[in-house]
Amino acid sequence: MKTRTVTISDCSLRDGNHAIKHQLSIDQISAYCEKADRAGLDIIEVGHGYGLGASSSAFGFAKVDDKTMLSIAREKCKHSKLGIHFVPGVGKHSELDMAIDIGVDIFRIASHCTESNITYKSIEYLKGQKKTVFGVLIMSHMADAQRLLKEASGMKAAGADGIVLMDSAGYSTPDMVSEKVSALVDNLGITIGYHAHNNLGLAVANSIEAVKAGASMIDATIKGFGAGSGNTQLEATVAVFERFGYKTNVKFKDLIDLSIHAENNIISRIPDIKAINIMTGMHGLFTGYGTYIQKISSDFNVDIFELCERLSARKLVASQEDIIIEEASKLSRNSIVD
Amino acid sequence: MSHRVAIIGTGSIGIDLMYKTIKSKKLDLSFVVGRRNDSPGIQEANTNGITTSSEGIEFLEKHINDFDLVFDATSADAHIENDKILKKYNKFVIDLTPAKIGDLCVPVININSLQKSRNINLITCGGQASLPLAYAIKNSCEEIDYIEVISSISSDSAGIATRKNLDEYITTTEFALKKFTKSNSAKAILNINPAIPQVCMQTTLYAHCRKINSEALKKNISTIINMVKKYVPGYQLALEPIIESNKITLAVQVYGSGDYLPEHAGNLDIINSAAISIAEFRSITINEYNLTEKELV
Repeated sequence: MKTRTVTISDCSLRDGNHAIKHQLSIDQISAYCEKADRAGLDIIEVGHGYGLGASSSAFGFAKVDDKTMLSIAREKCKHSKLGIHFVPGVGKHSELDMAIDIGVDIFRIASHCTESNITYKSIEYLKGQKKTVFGVLIMSHMADAQRLLKEASGMKAAGADGIVLMDSAGYSTPDMVSEKVSALVDNLGITIGYHAHNNLGLAVANSIEAVKAGASMIDATIKGFGAGSGNTQLEATVAVFERFGYKTNVKFKDLIDLSIHAENNIISRIPDIKAINIMTGMHGLFTGYGTYIQKISSDFNVDIFELCERLSARKLVASQEDIIIEEASKLSRNSIVD
Repeated sequence: MSHRVAIIGTGSIGIDLMYKTIKSKKLDLSFVVGRRNDSPGIQEANTNGITTSSEGIEFLEKHINDFDLVFDATSADAHIENDKILKKYNKFVIDLTPAKIGDLCVPVININSLQKSRNINLITCGGQASLPLAYAIKNSCEEIDYIEVISSISSDSAGIATRKNLDEYITTTEFALKKFTKSNSAKAILNINPAIPQVCMQTTLYAHCRKINSEALKKNISTIINMVKKYVPGYQLALEPIIESNKITLAVQVYGSGDYLPEHAGNLDIINSAAISIAEFRSITINEYNLTEKELV
C-alpha cells in the first residue's frame, strides 16, 4: 500500500482567490503557474473562488475575466494539467465551451453534496467530448457516508472519472474523513479525492487520513492560501506524504521556491485560524463566508456571533451570500425595535 | 371564448396547475396527459375525475377539438416536439419550460401586448419572481448597465426537469432580464438548498444603474409588488432596496398558495399562477393584470 502515488491538485489560484476577494492579477497567475509547473504539481486549478462564470455582485467581481485567466495559465502549464471548478446553476455551458476551446484538461463539476443530479448533464456533456471530469461534492459534512456514496454513484454513472469530497466548512474530523472516503473507495472503483479546510486546524491531518483511507488525489494550496482559514498546506502535506512513504510527482526544492514566491507576490495575509473561522467551522457554515460575515455584520452594525447563529439555523449551503445581507438587515431592524 | 384546458406534463408543476385550473371560475379542465400511467401525477388526476392519458401529445392530437389551450409543463426539449403538433392545429399554448420558442411573458409587464400570441413562454420561475422588480428598477433610473438575479429554492421544489434544464434555466433567465430591462449585461444564479424545514423561495436582485431616482424606485417597487400580489398573494419584500452610489440591492420572498405544492415552493407557485392569470385573461379579454407605463412614475 505504501508505494501508492498521490496526485496533488493545487487549487491556490482558485480557492486562494476567495481569500483576496477574487483579485488575482494576470502577472500573479502567470508567474505562479510557471513555477508550479516546474515544481511538478499534477493539476493547477485556476479561476474565481466559486468557479467558472461566478464573477458577480453576489460572489464578488473577479479582477481578471475567466477567459484571460485560463489562457494565461494554459500558456504556462507545460506539464501540469489545467483544471477548473464549475457549479451548474452558477456557470453556463457556453462558459464550459470556452474552457474546452482554451484547452482546459480537468473539469471538476460541483454541487452541494445532496444535489448532485444537477451535475449529470454537464458531466455527460463533457464526457461526450472525451474530457477528464471529476464530480465534486461540496459541504460534504452535511451528508452521511451512505448518502455521499449514493450521490457519488450517480455522478459515476453520468460518466465522472473520479469524485472529490470537499470539507467546505472545515467542520470534519479525521474519523469522519476516514469513514466517508472509505465508503467511496470501497464501492466505486474510481479515483477519490479530498479537499480540506483548516478551520479547526485539521486540514493536513484530514488529508493524510483521506489518503490512508484510499484517496489518491489531494487538494492543497500554497501556504494554505484559500477561503476562510485556508486549505491543506501544500508544502507541509507533501512533506508528510514523503514521511509516510506515499509518492508524489512534486519536486520539493522547486516547491520551496514556489512557496517563497507566493509569500512575496501573492499572499497578502498568511491564513490563520481566527475566531470567525472557528465559529463558521463549528456551525458548519461555508468557510468562505468568514470575511463576508465580518464585513456585513459591521455594515449593518449587528452582533457577529448572533448573525452566525442565525445563518446556521437557516442551514445555508455555499454561495448564498445574498441571504447573509438579508439576515443581517432583519437582525438590524430587530435590534432597533428592541 | 377559449377556456377548455389541457395539461401536458404530470410532475408537480402539472398537478399544481390542475388544482389551480379546477379552482378557476373562468377555466375548465379537459385533460391531464403524461408519459406514464403509473405516475403519481396521473393517479392524482384520476382521483379528481379528470380524463388522463399516458400518450401525451399523441392523445391531445386525437382529441384536438376538445380543448382550447394547453399548459405545457414538460421540459424544454419535449416542448419543442409538442409544439410542432400544436402549431399544426393553431392551438394556443402557455409554455412553462425554458424552451423560449414563444413570446416571453411576465403578466404585469406585457400581457396586453400578447393578446394574439399562439405560444406564450413563461421564462423561468426565477424570471417570474425577479422580472417585475427588474422592470420597476428600469423605470426608476436612466439606464441599467448590469442586472443580476440570484434565487434560492428548496431542494424538494426543484424537480428532475429543473435539474436537467439548469443551463437553459440560467440562459433563459438572463435572456429575459436583458430583453425586459434593456440592460447590456445580465447574470442569473440558482441555488438549491436541502435544509429541513424547507427554505422559502427567495430572490435577490443587484443592479448597476445610471441616475437612480430613489423616490420613483420606492414607489415603483411598491406598485409592482401590489400588482404581482393579485395573482401571488405571498409575494413580499425581504430586503428593502439598498442604494449605494449607482448600485441597487433588494430581495423578495415568494410564498405560494399551497394548492398542491407546499407554501415554501413559491418558485413553482409564481410561474403556475402567472400561467393561470394569462389563461384567464385570454378567456375573457378584460385587462385586469397589465401594468401600463402610466402607472409607473
